[in-house]
Amino acid sequence: MDTFVFVFAGAFATATPLLLAAMGELVVERTGVLNLSVEGMMAISAAIAFMVVYTTGSHSLGFLIGAVSAAALSVIFAVLVLVFLANQVAAGLAVGILGLGLSALLARSFESETLIPLRDINLPVLSDLPVVGPILFTHDPVVYLTIAIGLVLAWMFTKTRLGLILRVVGENPEAAHNLGFSVLRTRFWAIVFGGCMAGLAGAYASTVLTPVWSQGMIAGRGWIAVALVVFGTWKPLRVMFGAYFFGAALLAELAVQSLGIDIPSQIMSSMPYALTILVLAAVSKDTVRIRLNAPVSLGENYRPSA
Amino acid sequence: MGDLIPWRIVPREHASRQAVILVPAMTIVLTILCSIVLFTALGASPGLALYAFFVDPFSSAYSISEILVKASPLILIAQGLAIGFRAKVWNIGAEGQLIIGAISASLIPITWPQSTSVLMLPAMILMGVVAGMAWASIAAFFRTRYNASEIIVTLMLNQIAFQILYYLVTGPLRDPRGYNFPQSVPFPDAALYPTLFGGADIRANLSLAITIAASFAAWLYVSRSFSGFRLLVGGIAPAAARYAGFSQKRAIWISLLVGGAAAGLVGVGEIAGPIGKLQPILSPGYGFAGIIVAFLGGLNPIGIVFAGLFMAVIYVGSDSALLLADIPSSAPIVFQGFILVFYLAASLLIHYEIRGKAAVKSGGAA
Repeated sequence: MDTFVFVFAGAFATATPLLLAAMGELVVERTGVLNLSVEGMMAISAAIAFMVVYTTGSHSLGFLIGAVSAAALSVIFAVLVLVFLANQVAAGLAVGILGLGLSALLARSFESETLIPLRDINLPVLSDLPVVGPILFTHDPVVYLTIAIGLVLAWMFTKTRLGLILRVVGENPEAAHNLGFSVLRTRFWAIVFGGCMAGLAGAYASTVLTPVWSQGMIAGRGWIAVALVVFGTWKPLRVMFGAYFFGAALLAELAVQSLGIDIPSQIMSSMPYALTILVLAAVSKDTVRIRLNAPVSLGENYRPSA
Repeated sequence: MGDLIPWRIVPREHASRQAVILVPAMTIVLTILCSIVLFTALGASPGLALYAFFVDPFSSAYSISEILVKASPLILIAQGLAIGFRAKVWNIGAEGQLIIGAISASLIPITWPQSTSVLMLPAMILMGVVAGMAWASIAAFFRTRYNASEIIVTLMLNQIAFQILYYLVTGPLRDPRGYNFPQSVPFPDAALYPTLFGGADIRANLSLAITIAASFAAWLYVSRSFSGFRLLVGGIAPAAARYAGFSQKRAIWISLLVGGAAAGLVGVGEIAGPIGKLQPILSPGYGFAGIIVAFLGGLNPIGIVFAGLFMAVIYVGSDSALLLADIPSSAPIVFQGFILVFYLAASLLIHYEIRGKAAVKSGGAA
């Protein structure tokens, strides 16, 4: 029972960076742009947020500056694909590598330093409920904020004019252009939003979830976030579900250890990556469903003809 | 946002020939400038940083041989990846394929640590190449059968390969007399590539000859074979390739198998070369750096040779930079990021012309 509570309560925190980054990437992809630099953006924000919180003690400031640093990287990506018409896959890799390099370079003297994480919010009565209390009502504020962002995005895409514009730009940029919407401007701001979200994700990973700095701490989570967008077939609520599923899977390693089962830790550490491959395959197999849901212009650059 | 950009870009009728040289040249100049600014901001002297990265690597026979030791794996991996990239098959998993190739090849000298057989090296090469291909084929299988993005699958396979390697060197393949260090028994001489040029500290070895041969083969494949042509068409014009009956699945399999074979071979070259055993860190990110080398070389087998040499100078220079100017060892990754960013920006010149807005208007609709 304790293990059960541990995994399901922990899943919310473990899923939070995945979900933040995936939500940002979802918005970017809905406008037709594939930004594969999520891992690098998370890494630079993780480094910078860690340094800020370490020196100032303020998590808010850490999140803010982290988000700005990742957004700055995303602007480089935006300029490459929107202005220089670079291949989106290559541009994403380029900016991702730059982010990973800068992250290692900037935070080199912080290796193995630790921080005090954010405190969990304790709600009267609710937090003290057995089982449900620890699983649902004992988390840090960012966990709740992340859920709220997911719900707002789901509402925005289906019910608002902004959501409609984003979708049109991704489905048919030529039509959006003819209707008087600026495709490049929309994509630019979507990319910057994606950068901010990846920044929040990185900051959460390094200053709240595992507040110990080690180079390479993002460890593929940016890529899992990219995969999550496909799992969720570009739908916010499904992406949220996928993120919590992965959050629980990432915790399975600790849970198995706590049960005293003797499996080499490297095998357990490989599980989320293997799971990503299998789930990605299971979802992508249905090419009709992927084609129906994927933004039509995903990955294609747009050059206004007039 | 189009109205914010003070120029217009107009497609060229033919890809620019000057740009093929101009683009890498611009890339390298901009990369060096930006990196020097960055290192200066971090407190290094710009002159010393430049000296460490670009002069010191040429200062002795030893360091020139080190350039070759590092250029060889970079070029070999990039030649393999470039064949796939031309077909728009994105194998990002060379690092994992390198690791699995190295692990498989290492099983032979670990099993027969006293052997002096001349068959040892050929067997290791065979094992490494086959294992690299097998690891890459997982991605090819998931892509062709289940439509799963090879980018994500190869990346996840990298992470899994790291874990497998770590498990093996701390467990089943650990040297029992190695004082608990996570490494295998040292390989016998028969399992090591012979060094070239002689000299006690000159580490340049047979892998250099292999890389030169592979580069020549890549050049033949790309410029002289029909199969190479089909891959290229599939990358540039998928619809035309389908119409001509060129199979996309075949392109994915060829791309990943060639990339996996090259990376597996590099894995053998590292454990049978400079390292001489199996250990948790087998490469300073050659699998990822190979991606940059492939692009900087314009996905062209000859260009890749020069790009690989340039990248190797940066790797060797980064050792000097750490010693002379206290520039952190992660500097090469930053260089790689700048290179690819600037290369992609400059590449616009290959297929487009940049004109002032007024010029386009007076010239009518272009």
